[in-house]
Amino acid sequence: MKKETQKSFELSAEGLAFVKKELTRYETKRSAILPCLYRVQKENGGWVSPEAVSHLSKVMDIPTAYINEVLSFYTMYNKCPVGKLHIQVCCNLSCAMNGGRELAEHLCRSFNVKEGEISANGEVTISRVECLGACDIAPMAQVNEEYVGPLKKETVVEQMKELLKKQ
Amino acid sequence: MEHKLLSEHYHEEEYRTLAGYKSFGGYKTLESALNKKPEEIIQQVRDSGLRGRGGAGFPTGVKWGFLPNNSEPRYLLCNADEGEPGTFKDRLIMERAPHQLIEGMLISAWGIKSHKSYIYIRGEYQHCIRIMEEALKEAYSANYLGKNICGTDFHHDMDIYIGAGAYICGEETGMISSLEGKKGQPKLKPPFPAVKGYLEKPTIVNNVETLAAVVPIIQDGVEAFRSIGTEKSPGTKFFSVSGCVKKPGNYEVPLGYPLMDLIELAGGLREGRALKAVIPGGTSAPVLTAEECERARMDFESLADLGSMLGSGSVIVIDDSCSMVDMLSVVEKFYHHESCGQCTPCREGTGWLSKVVDDILAGQGRIQDLNLILGISENMMGKTICALSDAAALPAISFVTKFREEFEIYIRKTLAQRKSGVLSA
Repeated sequence: MKKETQKSFELSAEGLAFVKKELTRYETKRSAILPCLYRVQKENGGWVSPEAVSHLSKVMDIPTAYINEVLSFYTMYNKCPVGKLHIQVCCNLSCAMNGGRELAEHLCRSFNVKEGEISANGEVTISRVECLGACDIAPMAQVNEEYVGPLKKETVVEQMKELLKKQ
Repeated sequence: MEHKLLSEHYHEEEYRTLAGYKSFGGYKTLESALNKKPEEIIQQVRDSGLRGRGGAGFPTGVKWGFLPNNSEPRYLLCNADEGEPGTFKDRLIMERAPHQLIEGMLISAWGIKSHKSYIYIRGEYQHCIRIMEEALKEAYSANYLGKNICGTDFHHDMDIYIGAGAYICGEETGMISSLEGKKGQPKLKPPFPAVKGYLEKPTIVNNVETLAAVVPIIQDGVEAFRSIGTEKSPGTKFFSVSGCVKKPGNYEVPLGYPLMDLIELAGGLREGRALKAVIPGGTSAPVLTAEECERARMDFESLADLGSMLGSGSVIVIDDSCSMVDMLSVVEKFYHHESCGQCTPCREGTGWLSKVVDDILAGQGRIQDLNLILGISENMMGKTICALSDAAALPAISFVTKFREEFEIYIRKTLAQRKSGVLSA
């Protein structure tokens, strides 16, 4: 996979205040890495670039190695840019039995985008994920922060377009 | 029939708020608990026979008893990283009854003399996180958290820590690593967290449902709790029933409840379908055949007798429309993806299991691959720091052993198709 970079990144004033608060919130400074990476991701349009890691390292006064350890281990931090609408379709057992995998394929075809990549207009990313703990509404997906389901092949594309309008 | 020990008021919208929770008698149990000695709380929980609701089923009171008898600071860590495929009960508790969890945690914290707790919630549960944050604020403003709780000399602070998408953080030492701001790799035991946990300090890690169940135990007493369920598995349990059923959802029933009745509670199978198999305790639990399901009762001992386990209480129902080869491929892909990578048998084994099953699924399988799967699995059991490796091996062994004929037929069919050119070689 090609390594994505960007020109530069800096946290907003509110972002810096957030980091400062998180640094003293837990018993150890290092615990602030996870929440601060979320903040960076939010301010950087949904992903964490190497430049953002360098910036965060300076702001937190924590080595980049510690931050990269966390960034690379956890799947909820995106290491490449994602679309405005990130549709994460659950393809684990209960969703798979109820058509989750076919839904993921159907969505990729309908939005003309490869799994895990970003659509040409920058609007949509579709990825397959493991169990999201919502098998009662299988097949389901996490769309940005929201859980949606049970999804139906006939209506899912319209539903996603509606959600895209709200972003 | 359901037995709503915890979920009696879950349908009430206002139960989520502090005022609503209190109107149903909420926090009264905490007030009475604070009048008891901490040792009494531990003794009551031990006598109740409450067993961990997260997966391992370890007796909660016994776990608490492992804490060293000293004045070192100790932490209570609530495991809300619900990640076992098929499990969605902790989400229900947090969404419907955040104060029940907080009250259970406070009573537990009083018992183990802890002044600081964290609720580690998986990052995907944004809705739960918002509800829990709001509930914590309410509890602080009503002095159920903070200094001199309910006018006593008990101090306790509670905070939320948000995970970032890693199944292994549901393992208690993996969770501690994550809370310390590191990758969520499990640690070698002993020392157990109760002796050396978060920041090397004594730490008790309990599941959401376990902590919530402490409330009725202290409120109604040991006997009332033990009158529900079985001798060795007392109380009720939430079962998350999903897969090929008409009404998937959470059902609270006494432990020892017949599995087939539970499937009926969840609406039963779809029209015209027959039961093929059930995974009774999350994907880590060995699968049960339809015949075994007829005999299965949902408690720790009964399922162990059938060679499976109760696990987290996630019941995944598989009907005759599903291919067991396909299902196993989904399961093994998951464990391969979630292996943290520090132990070789797991890192390599999960990868090989996933590859071999995928090959069979793609029509490239050989009959001897079935023994290969069993061989790999055996080499993955009991050889690693945590149980993820076993969790990947157990379903593989049970699927291939119990449904060997289906695997063989699948392999022979695809082999014939390949030879006749229907499938490309």
